[in-house]
Amino acid sequence: MTSRTPNKKKTPWSWRSRAARGLVYQVVALLLIGAGIWFLAYNTQKNMETRGIQSGFDFLGQAAGFDIGEKMIAYDPSETYAKALWVGVLNTLRVAVIGIVLTTILGVLMGLGRFSNNALVRGLCYSYVELFRNVPILLQLLMWYLLFVEVLPPPQAAWNLGDLVFLSKGGLKFPSPVWAAGHAWLALGALLGLVGGLAYRRWVQREFERTGQDRNRWLVPVVAVFGGALLGWFLGGAPNQWSLPEQLAFMVDGGIAATPEFMAVLIGLTTYTGAFIAEIVRGGIQSVSHGQTEAASAIGLSKRQQMRLVVMPQAMRVIIPPMTNQFLNLTKNSSLAVAIGYPDVVSIANTTLNQTGRAVECIAIIMVVYLTTSLGTSAFMNWYNKRVAILER
Amino acid sequence: MAYTFTPISPRPAPVKTEGAGPWIKRNLFSGWRNTSTSIFLIGLALYILPGLADWGLFQAVFGADSDACQAARGNGACWGVVTEKWRLIIFGRYPFEEHWRPALATFLMVGGLVVSCIRWFWKPWLLFLWIAILAIFFTLMGGGIFGLEPVRTDLWGGLPLTVMLATLSIFLAFPLAVAVALGRRSNLPAIRTVCVLYIELIRGVPLISVLFMASFMFPLFMPQGTSIDVLVRVLVGITLFAAAYMAEIVRGGLQAIPKGQLEAADTLGLTYWQTQRKIVLPQALAMVVPSMMNNFISIFKDTSLVTIVSLYELTGALSLALNSDVNWRPFKIEAYLFITAIYFIFCFAMSRYSLWVEKQVAVSRVR
Repeated sequence: MTSRTPNKKKTPWSWRSRAARGLVYQVVALLLIGAGIWFLAYNTQKNMETRGIQSGFDFLGQAAGFDIGEKMIAYDPSETYAKALWVGVLNTLRVAVIGIVLTTILGVLMGLGRFSNNALVRGLCYSYVELFRNVPILLQLLMWYLLFVEVLPPPQAAWNLGDLVFLSKGGLKFPSPVWAAGHAWLALGALLGLVGGLAYRRWVQREFERTGQDRNRWLVPVVAVFGGALLGWFLGGAPNQWSLPEQLAFMVDGGIAATPEFMAVLIGLTTYTGAFIAEIVRGGIQSVSHGQTEAASAIGLSKRQQMRLVVMPQAMRVIIPPMTNQFLNLTKNSSLAVAIGYPDVVSIANTTLNQTGRAVECIAIIMVVYLTTSLGTSAFMNWYNKRVAILER
Repeated sequence: MAYTFTPISPRPAPVKTEGAGPWIKRNLFSGWRNTSTSIFLIGLALYILPGLADWGLFQAVFGADSDACQAARGNGACWGVVTEKWRLIIFGRYPFEEHWRPALATFLMVGGLVVSCIRWFWKPWLLFLWIAILAIFFTLMGGGIFGLEPVRTDLWGGLPLTVMLATLSIFLAFPLAVAVALGRRSNLPAIRTVCVLYIELIRGVPLISVLFMASFMFPLFMPQGTSIDVLVRVLVGITLFAAAYMAEIVRGGLQAIPKGQLEAADTLGLTYWQTQRKIVLPQALAMVVPSMMNNFISIFKDTSLVTIVSLYELTGALSLALNSDVNWRPFKIEAYLFITAIYFIFCFAMSRYSLWVEKQVAVSRVR
């Protein structure tokens, strides 16, 4: 389209020139849009005045007065709306981050399953994809939630797995380590192990390029991470206090709890998005032409090497961009948690809206939160995409 | 030299590679790994399926008898809830005696959709057919003329609402999407910026926040004294949302047109609009039809969200029908499975169709 721009030096200025017309169009368009926005804003202000609706974000400092079912940080009803909304944001992020990790695993497995040489596995993966992506996510969330609260036993008769994991209407309870300073050492050790492992892999790559001798790229890094963690744990005094869930008369106490709402949202989002990711993975792998695989076998690469060195790098280029969209979709779909009462940011903003009547502000907050996470995720994925993309001429 | 004839042993018959037997061997039992996977999965199916069939068929209650359902609870499904409530689930709060109207209207609309999918009907008069269909749809649903009893839009619900919201929002979104897509590729910086802002803003937020906006903020936007029907507000919200996604799809098509064609059009002296109308858009839009279908499927599914802003489409109508009735409330799962089946049939059919179109488009490109 740039070819349309006339050379400014040669064309004399005229009202009939393309540049002038372009300018006029733009000014008119902007004026129209501006007038539209002014009209809406003016009406809004007038309406708010007549209805006595206050505006502004000052309500954020007031006491919220409602409790939140699950929270990652300490919160009680006497704290401010701002804090309540922050709790909601953290809840959204928690379900989104865990969901993204799980759905990637599920989706990739299901996508690869379509290429299995076992017909049953292929059929299973196919039915999974078609079943889950053709039913609205809201309906799926409602059904998972219903399954959790209807089918599972009450807390006094929780399903019990080796006295460690309990599953009931009250949610999933599992053991958690009691936080101690020694755990920081553990994390530090794992981190050092990770850095060392990555350095080792770079070294292996350099050696491979220099001498053609390949080494195992997984064994040493994995050992380094776990070894580092173990070493750090010992250095930190080996804290091994665990909070175990325990069956009481009417409830299960102790450990870490995942509420039924959280579980329903997480499972629903994971399985729904996983179906789309499976299709993306399948499409990506299919997009690598068969000749590539044949050429790879001709030069003597094993099946695994073919996948790792020839097919995957090219498939990744096709897979990553739509995968980013799916991650964003998952994050945005987590807003549906409001339908089953998981206290995510939409749910809390909705409560705030009903209590304070500040519709404009609350909806603006929801939008800003999602815009920020969306832009953040796509920035990260674009960076990753640049790394895996094959450089083109 | 005496030749002695030594017969060589006959070749073995060629291995049969076709038919059921070899297929099973190749696909289920080709090696120890494959075999053990098959055995595991068959075992799993034998473990799960009989119980499921027992629950769904043999022990299930099909009659609209809530006592029998209560008795069978835990052992068998209660499909009686569907027998009893299906009209309320499919038509929502629409007056009971008038149910033939939404039924006919939905039938027309779905018929129109099916007809639009058949190649033979891709003629200019299809547009007029659609205008007629929409006119009849709204006359039937709204009533007020021809002796039809008027029905307020807040009583519309269920499947008619789902189908209408999806279809109408896609139709309305289409021109907007094309305009925004062209705007995003325009070389006028102000127009480009506005289009990019619109697309990215809408795509960055969830539909539910747009719907909240439609239901809470639209009333504030309008001049005092005017009130817009909630159905229209939600429709506008979904349309604006769908248009942003569709614009990106159209842009994909626009980008696929080689630059040489634009330059050739310039050389011929075609204006910008002539170029777009005669050269670019016909090719670009044909190319993106499959993606458009997928967009339609996702909008169809997304209409289920309007239940959150209290419009009772399929999902909302179900809760409405069951929550008020103590006898049937415990059997929500069965009712959910019923509307799951409805959504699945619609969406699966559309995705199969989209695959078919994709193949057609691919055929047209290969010469």
